[in-house]
Amino acid sequence: MRAIGLSSYYVLVKEIASELRTRYALNALLMFVVTTLSVIVFSLGSEHVPYEIYCGTLWVIIFFSAMSGLSRTFVTEEERGTTLLLQLITSSNSVLLGKLFYNVILNFAITLITAIAYLILFNDFVVRTYSIFWLTLLLGSVGLASASTILAAIVAKANSKGTLFPVLAFPVLVPILLTAIKATILSVEGGMFNEAFPDFQVLISFTIVIIAVSFLLFDFVWKD
Amino acid sequence: MISITLQVKNIAKEFNRKKLFENISFDADAGSAIAVTGKNGSGKSTLVKILCGLLEPTRGTWVLTVEDKKIPHEEYYKNIGLVSPYLNLYDEFSGIENLDFIAKIRRLQNPSTIIESVLEDFGLFKHRKKEVKYYSSGMKQRLKYCAALLHKPEILFLDEPQSNLDSEGISVVRTYMKQQRERGILIFATNDEDDLSYADAVIKLNSLNIEK
Repeated sequence: MRAIGLSSYYVLVKEIASELRTRYALNALLMFVVTTLSVIVFSLGSEHVPYEIYCGTLWVIIFFSAMSGLSRTFVTEEERGTTLLLQLITSSNSVLLGKLFYNVILNFAITLITAIAYLILFNDFVVRTYSIFWLTLLLGSVGLASASTILAAIVAKANSKGTLFPVLAFPVLVPILLTAIKATILSVEGGMFNEAFPDFQVLISFTIVIIAVSFLLFDFVWKD
Repeated sequence: MISITLQVKNIAKEFNRKKLFENISFDADAGSAIAVTGKNGSGKSTLVKILCGLLEPTRGTWVLTVEDKKIPHEEYYKNIGLVSPYLNLYDEFSGIENLDFIAKIRRLQNPSTIIESVLEDFGLFKHRKKEVKYYSSGMKQRLKYCAALLHKPEILFLDEPQSNLDSEGISVVRTYMKQQRERGILIFATNDEDDLSYADAVIKLNSLNIEK
């Protein structure tokens, strides 16, 4: 177990170092966030819209930015022919764990940037219970990243990688998106923390199930 | 020399119900050198991939035993090294960064000494800080050898051992091929007559027979 932990740590460090040099995913994610936020700001102008719409669009941005960036972690390995190197030097579980941690960090960072930009740009979007808001962002982005990681591994072996990823991801991620939107609405309405417990339970259970299934499936996906 | 055996029994591979090869069987132990030869498309690289545990055969079994301990297929990576045209290292990292990553993930003792030593042997020491994207194809091939040999594998697989190498590189590779035979098992896929002279046994894939 310690060996897997250590190897996955080195995979994570390699992913971060590689991303900082190549900016494969980071640029795609940031550009998506910036362009979609700009479109929303300009299209709304001085219009007042219900807070439920703001909560929905926040998660739409997070979902599609995840779709545009998180698949890169496996797709670039496949495109550059480095998958074989990883197969030759470490176990499949270490690769999955390292890339999962990387996607969680990347997605949570982008989610934070999006949420902060949202709070600054939209005066009508006022969060009243910050504990629910931040925890929903954390659990939602971890869930999105977990599902995206195993789907990215599957998609990386396919020919039409770009289009296949969101198509496969959408039905899998619908429960997590709906729950996260519901909990975000609750945070804006000023609900009590314990009112959000059922939503947190769904988000946590979903993530645990997805991660467990990922470890069971990954070996079949990883090897030809 | 440690005790290593590789027992291959009736390996067959089919793609889309078309037979690539079948009934490949051989035994190899420490000190053996096995060559795999055959026409283009006969399945040399596929057989090497299967023996590395990277691809499932359609039929057949293969068992690696090190010091009387049977190694599970999912742990083969600990005992093997592979140099192949379809293996790539990370272009955005320098040669030494690539090797450092591999050494760390393999948890080697004194990685810097080992890395410097293989880089010296393959003439890449002065290019160690250069990003791999700026390497020539020959330098990349040499770096693949460094990566495969860092952990002194029990079995070394070479797919087209000489590809992209100059005479100096070929000479270094041949030295390592000899060393590998002294330490463990060497399996290489080639059609080069000079390379074939290093083999104890030759598997001809187009005839589906083992010669010698």
